[in-house]
Parts: sequence; structure tokens; C-alpha cells
Amino acid sequence: MIHIKQAMSLNVMPIVKKEFRQIKRDKRILGVLLFIPSLLLVMFGYALNFDVKNTPMAVYDEDRSIVSRSFLEKFFVTEHFNLYKQLENKKEIDELLDGEMVRVVLVVPHDFSKKIQRGEEARIQVIVDGSNSNAASITLGYVNTIIQQYSLNVISEAIIKSGRRQFQLPVDFRPRILYNPELRSAKFLVPGLIAFILMVTTVISTSLSIARERELGTIEQIMISPVKPIELILGKTLPYVLISVVATIAILFAGYIFFGVTIKGSIFLLSLVTFIFLVTGLGMGLLISSLAETQQLAFMIAAITSLLPTFILSGFIFPIRNMPIVIQGITYLLPARYFLVALRAIILKGAGIEAFWEQVLYLTIYAILMLGISSLKMKKVLA
Amino acid sequence: MRMIKSINNVREDGIVEEQSVYRDEYAVIAERLTKKFGKFVAVDGISFAVKKGEIFGFLGPNGAGKSTTIRMLCGILTPTKGKAIVGGLDVSIYPDAVRRRIGYMSQKFSLYQDLTVEQNIEFYGGIYGLGKNQLKERKEWVLEMAGLKGKEKTLTHSLSGGWKQRLALGCSMLHEPPILFLDEPTAGVDPVSRRSFWDLIYQLSSGGVTVFVTTHYMDEAEHCNTIGLIYGGKIVAIGSPMQLKHNLDQYSIFEVTCDRPVDAMELLRGLDWVIETSIFGSVFHVSTHKHKETSIMIKRYLEKNGIVVHKLETIIPSLEDVFIHLISGENVGIQQ
Repeated sequence: MIHIKQAMSLNVMPIVKKEFRQIKRDKRILGVLLFIPSLLLVMFGYALNFDVKNTPMAVYDEDRSIVSRSFLEKFFVTEHFNLYKQLENKKEIDELLDGEMVRVVLVVPHDFSKKIQRGEEARIQVIVDGSNSNAASITLGYVNTIIQQYSLNVISEAIIKSGRRQFQLPVDFRPRILYNPELRSAKFLVPGLIAFILMVTTVISTSLSIARERELGTIEQIMISPVKPIELILGKTLPYVLISVVATIAILFAGYIFFGVTIKGSIFLLSLVTFIFLVTGLGMGLLISSLAETQQLAFMIAAITSLLPTFILSGFIFPIRNMPIVIQGITYLLPARYFLVALRAIILKGAGIEAFWEQVLYLTIYAILMLGISSLKMKKVLA
Repeated sequence: MRMIKSINNVREDGIVEEQSVYRDEYAVIAERLTKKFGKFVAVDGISFAVKKGEIFGFLGPNGAGKSTTIRMLCGILTPTKGKAIVGGLDVSIYPDAVRRRIGYMSQKFSLYQDLTVEQNIEFYGGIYGLGKNQLKERKEWVLEMAGLKGKEKTLTHSLSGGWKQRLALGCSMLHEPPILFLDEPTAGVDPVSRRSFWDLIYQLSSGGVTVFVTTHYMDEAEHCNTIGLIYGGKIVAIGSPMQLKHNLDQYSIFEVTCDRPVDAMELLRGLDWVIETSIFGSVFHVSTHKHKETSIMIKRYLEKNGIVVHKLETIIPSLEDVFIHLISGENVGIQQ
């Protein structure tokens, strides 16, 4: 860390001032950095929904009995399924599924009620559109649950009829979901989005802003002035640190307003972890701009090394434990991976440092490494 | 060339280091400066000295090593070998002190296009650590000098090339450096602006500022007190424009206008008394050994070979003639 006195004597302000003037001039950049994050949150929050609701369903009831009707009713009293159509013949099934009018079709055979009444095994055919495998398996889960529930009711009625007054299920299932009791995807996404957006603002904006100076040749003019490399690096990164902090606060606000996400844990811990992550991102941005001489190249490297992996591999959207082992190994190279665990722990669970100190440790090591390597590289470029 | 010799002597005696008089007299001294990029030798052991207050023109084609040299003198490139002394200080030992004493302007006019005139001045004043009052004073000076009064709030982007050039010059002079490096400052600027830019350089020079300017415009080089001709990373000749032209005293130079210049040049090149030919647009120049009859001999020879000569006249050599003469064939070794 730089000594206060030394820091005071650093000539950083002219560069910071200039950087802000340029950002102000190009309102688009400011807009992108400040408002797009919150917009992304709202969009992702509503659109990126893993909850499966109101799945259109068609039924083909060959039995047409009171029993079959009461069985089918069980599906439509839940919010999971909407009845699209009662089918008259089997041919329609393929048409509806092909045209994506429905995702699932139930076929009740003509002997359904007879078999139930006789106590035999009645069969129900469930046809599911598996093109979206995730949604299909969730849908099947719902179907299964409803059928199980119905079967239990049939059994318990039979047992009660047979004379036993009291009847209890051997195992009673009583779920209690922690941290995100309504199981809303948006809550899970807020911390992920903070990580993603900070990665984008820090890595891309720093690398682009330095690459631009290299491209235009203005960096040469600065190098010939008495400005020291450390002053240039600080002057170029500080404005983006400030903007990233504002963007983070905006995301937290948007998360609260639109999705009711509150910070359960300590704000201090949140700021600390976020700061370490910011430093990592700035280090990566510097490293990229020490390699890339044009904005185009800088953007490409930044997108490939930070934007895409953070989106796909950090656990932001897709759970890391579901990935192939090799890919899981790669995820350890992503700073966002560690940041995300800590963020979710703080924001959603209200956990203390003891729950995620390892993540903070790795992130700190990462930050120091990045900043060290990039400063050395940058000094070579600037010297 | 006399100059080179004198420097060489001083250097060979090994008294360059000690003689403060030498350092006092010269603003810029290059001693066997060499820069290699891998196997490619961009600058090959060049030596020269620039007197205080003079305009020193570094002349050569693109890729000759001009920018590499200027960047070593300014301390943004470390020489592979050799030494640069600027403002009496060794650049590799005191880079920061040297930076405060020099102004630098590149051919790209390193201005921020998305900032206003005033904001550019404030930024460059800021990084040179100018105080509030000093900045105010220097800002006035730049605006006055560049003729940008009343355009303080104009975006640099919308200025014409000539204005940008003068603003860039002003920004590089904000800290009042005694030595100014200009790297191809007039590239891509219209002739009128080039003229008025040179007027500014004269003004600065008469105010005591040493100006080191690179260019590939031969006509611009004529404005300089001293010219260093650089070719292939080596200095081919150094001297005042007059001195350089004396190189050609022993030759006659003719300008020929005819119907088939390329064929005519080919023909003349075969003659033993013709030194060289070079094309200048639709005409070409021939240099020959001095002889009373030469002009008649050229004309007769061409006409005998079926070429119609429209015009043939003796001309005073331009720097371009000198340059072509110096870099052609065996004359490259002239420095040795």
C-alpha cells in the first residue's frame, strides 16, 4: 500500500478529471456503465425464469367417466398446468406437440375408472415435449407428484373403507426451504448479476480506455511527460472504480425494488469482498491493455477471458457441480467463482466471514497476483 | 560533414563526459546511438550534436530511423547501445529531469478529440504539474499563439488540421521547455498551415528554444539551420543546407523535359560521365561530371536515340538532389 503522504503527492487528479470529462462527453458509455446493469437485472430477473408455471397441457380422455374427470381436475387446480384442449382423437396429439401448442399431453385409457374401482393398476400415458430438457424434467416432476398424490388418496380411501378409522402415511414429507423460500430465480440471480456486471465494467472499461490511448498515440505524449506509470494507472482506473461502485449500489436497489432482495448479511463484508473483486477486475483489465494495442483487440480478449466465462462458468446461471470435471477445473481460474459464493452467502444467507473465508482468501490471492503481474507488464509498456 | 568530424574528434579523445563547455553549448548530443528490434537495426550507431537555439532538421524517408531516434532522445525508448544527452543530462540516468526540459509533439497530434480546446490545455498543463496561475497564463499564451481565442469551448475534433497542429504544439510548450522535439509535425497539413507553422517554429527558435524536427519534406528542411540526413538507420551527412549542397559542387545538374523520360534515363545511365539520374514528376534530373560540353552532349545523345528533348537546363541542386546523390551507390559510405 502506498503511504498517505506519497499518495498525496501523486499527480493523479489531472488524469482522473480528464477521464471523467471524456466519459461525460460520451454519454453512451456512462449510460452503459450505470443503467444497463440494472436493466439487465430486471430483464434477467423476469426473463431468465427457471420456474415452470402454466405449462399448456392437452388431455385425451378415452374413459370419460367421473373418476377420470376428477383425476384430471387435480392437474388444473395447480398453477403448473393450463388446460389447452380436450382432445377428440389421437391424431391431434402430434399436431399440438409439433406446433408447440402444448408441452405435455395426458392420455387416460378407456379402462381407467374400471381398473381403479377394481383396485388394479391403471395406466396413464404422459407425453412430454423434451426439446427443453430442463423444463421437461421439471414438468414431469410435477406430473409425477400429482399422480402420486392421487394414488395415495385412492389407497387411503380404500383403507378407510375397509374399516380402519385412523390412517397415517408411513413417511410425511414436510419441506422447509431456506434463504429463498418462494424459490424465485430472481433472488438467486441478483448476486450473480453483480459479479457479472462488475466484471464487465472493470475489465472491459479499463482495458478499452487504455487501449484507446495507445491507439490514438496520446499515451506516448503522457509517457514523455513527468507522469509516473503508477500515476497513470491510478488515474485511469479510479474513475471506473467509482462508476462500478455506483453501478453496484444501483443493482442492489433494483434488486430490492423489483424482486425484494435485501442484504441479509453485513454491508461491511459486502463492501470488502466487492472491493477485492474490483481490484481483481482492474488488474485483468490492465493486463489485457498491456497486451492489446487496439480497442478492438482489447475488447475481444476481454470478452473471451472475462465476459463469457463469468456468464457461463462462474455458477452465475449454470451450477458448477453439474459441469464435466474438466470444465469444473477451469472454473477455479475465474475470480467470479469465488466472489459469487461469498456474495450469495452475504446477500441471501446473511452468513458471516467464517462461512466463506476460503473464497475471500483465494480472491485476495487472485487480486494480488493480477495487480502485480499487470503492473509489471504495464510498466514495461510505459517505460 | 565538417561538423561530424569535430564531434568524432571530441568523442575519440574521450573528453565528452568531462567537458561541460561541450554540454553547455549543445542542447542535444547523440553518441553512437543504436536501436535494434530483434535482428533489425533501426538506428545504427548515429552521432550528432544540436547547438542550443538552433533548428535541427532530421531528414530522411519513412522507415529511416527518424522516429526511433527521437524517441530515444526523449527517453521513451531505451537505446540498445550508445548515449543520449539532452539539456546537459544523460537521458538514461535522469529521465524525469529530462522530461521536464523537453516538449514533444508527434505526427499524430496527441490531442483528445472528444475534449474541448481548453480541456486539452488543462489536461496537459495538469500532468506537467502547472499551478493554477501559471496554467492560466500559459493557456492565454497557447490560445494567442495558435489563434484559438474564442474557440476555447470548441471540441478539438471539429478543428481543422492546421489548428490541431498549432494546439498540439502549444500543449507541448505549456511547461516552457528549452528543447522541443517535433516528430513529423506537418504530416497531413495543408501548405498554408505548414507555412504558418514554420513561422511559429522560427518564433520559438528566436526566443532561444532549441528545435529538433524530423521531416521527409525536403523543402521544409531548407528552413533548418542544420540538417542531418538519415538513411537506413545511419547518418549520411550533416551540415547546413548550403554545406550539404556543396557536396554537389563538382557536378553539373540538369533538368530534362522530354517525351519519354523513363527511356531517356535508362539510356543516360549507361554513359560513363553520367553520375546518376532521378525522376521528378514529369521531368528528370541528370548529374554529370563538370564539363563545358555536357549539356550539348546529353541533348545530342538523346536525339540520336530518337527522343525528343523539349527543354534542358542547368539547375541549382535542391536538397533532394543532394539526398539522392548521397544515398545512391558508393556514396552511402560517406560518413566514414
